[in-house]
Amino acid sequence: MWKWLHPYAQPERTYQLATKLLPWFAVSSFITLVIGFVWGLAFAPVDYQQGQSYRIIFIHVPTASLSMTIYMAMATASLIGMVWQLKLSDAAAAAMAPIGAVITVIALFTGSFWGKPMWGTWWIWDARLTSELILLFLYLGVIALHSSFEDKVLAGRAAGILTLVGVINIPIIKYSVEWWNTLHQGATISKLEKPSMDTEMLIPLLINILGFALLIAALTIVRFRNEVIARNTMRPWVKELVAKEAQ
Amino acid sequence: MNPRRKKRLAVICTVMFGVAAVVGLVLYALSQNIDLFYTPHEIVNGKEDTGMKPQIGQRIRVGGMVKEGSVKRNGENLKVTFVIYDNEEEVTVEYEGLLPDLFREGQGIVANGALVSPRLVKASEVLAKHDEEYTSPEIAEAMGKAKHEKPQYSEQQISGSEKT
Repeated sequence: MWKWLHPYAQPERTYQLATKLLPWFAVSSFITLVIGFVWGLAFAPVDYQQGQSYRIIFIHVPTASLSMTIYMAMATASLIGMVWQLKLSDAAAAAMAPIGAVITVIALFTGSFWGKPMWGTWWIWDARLTSELILLFLYLGVIALHSSFEDKVLAGRAAGILTLVGVINIPIIKYSVEWWNTLHQGATISKLEKPSMDTEMLIPLLINILGFALLIAALTIVRFRNEVIARNTMRPWVKELVAKEAQ
Repeated sequence: MNPRRKKRLAVICTVMFGVAAVVGLVLYALSQNIDLFYTPHEIVNGKEDTGMKPQIGQRIRVGGMVKEGSVKRNGENLKVTFVIYDNEEEVTVEYEGLLPDLFREGQGIVANGALVSPRLVKASEVLAKHDEEYTSPEIAEAMGKAKHEKPQYSEQQISGSEKT
């Protein structure tokens, strides 16, 4: 059943696949983000209470929810890397960590900029904000572990353990607004219920979430290719590749 | 799956399960302290599970809705008092300072301050709590919601009750 996956355990085949996929993700993310931002920032109606300030939602919500998605993707890669000892899987996890960290920083900053005019404070130690900050620290810890070992197998294992232990933080972030009293509002979009948002605001928001997801996929591919090259510098196929590029 | 992989997967699952149990118990034990604020009901009757009540003089946060018509401003300075309520109880808040933009009657807020008597909080900070509803002005108006404009206060509310 999984036979078709086996060739991709070879770095060379996976590198070629990544190279083939990159332009698709790059172009589609660019198009979706342009549509989403123009629609969201210029044409979506203003909010009846917050006025124009609510438009930060078109950056804040995609980055905040994807910061958790990237973490789960990274944890899946780490789990596969640890159980099946696939080196490429560790490379994928290492490629995703810095992207996740940057996305988390964007989510925290945009939230802060919205919080000052709306709540009246830049920061409050409520359950949602604190757990999201812990997510950032987890990402930074994973990045630090990946880069503090010369031996990449060892680095992948150490970072993988931290990543998997940190998975427990994800449901805490997600449900913090329901389990405890927080200043942060509850979820506006949920899969099961009707979203508490006008359709005209919701559609550009969903487009932007898709656009950010595609952008993150494209960035992951770029970083993953670099990781694969960096980990296989002594292999003949990499040397051939370099020779071809040099011409 | 070969036995070595199976063993590694089992070890990882056991460790994850253990960590999840530990974190779950810690959060359960701390659940009273993770709540950002007391609701008016909890200030008067105590927390639901433990019946723990805040003591007089304790610094607390209280969160609820601002009662319609309860905002009273002092004409000379920035002192303001208002009543916040939840489904069952009401608590009065005294505050001196600038209120956030979203502060208005009927709006959810969180006030941070000291409990001076069982139903009176002297706040040093007032934060507006936004809900998860996002609506355009036209639809909000059609649904009979508040408009996005400066809240209107009656003459008596602005001049303050102390000034005669």
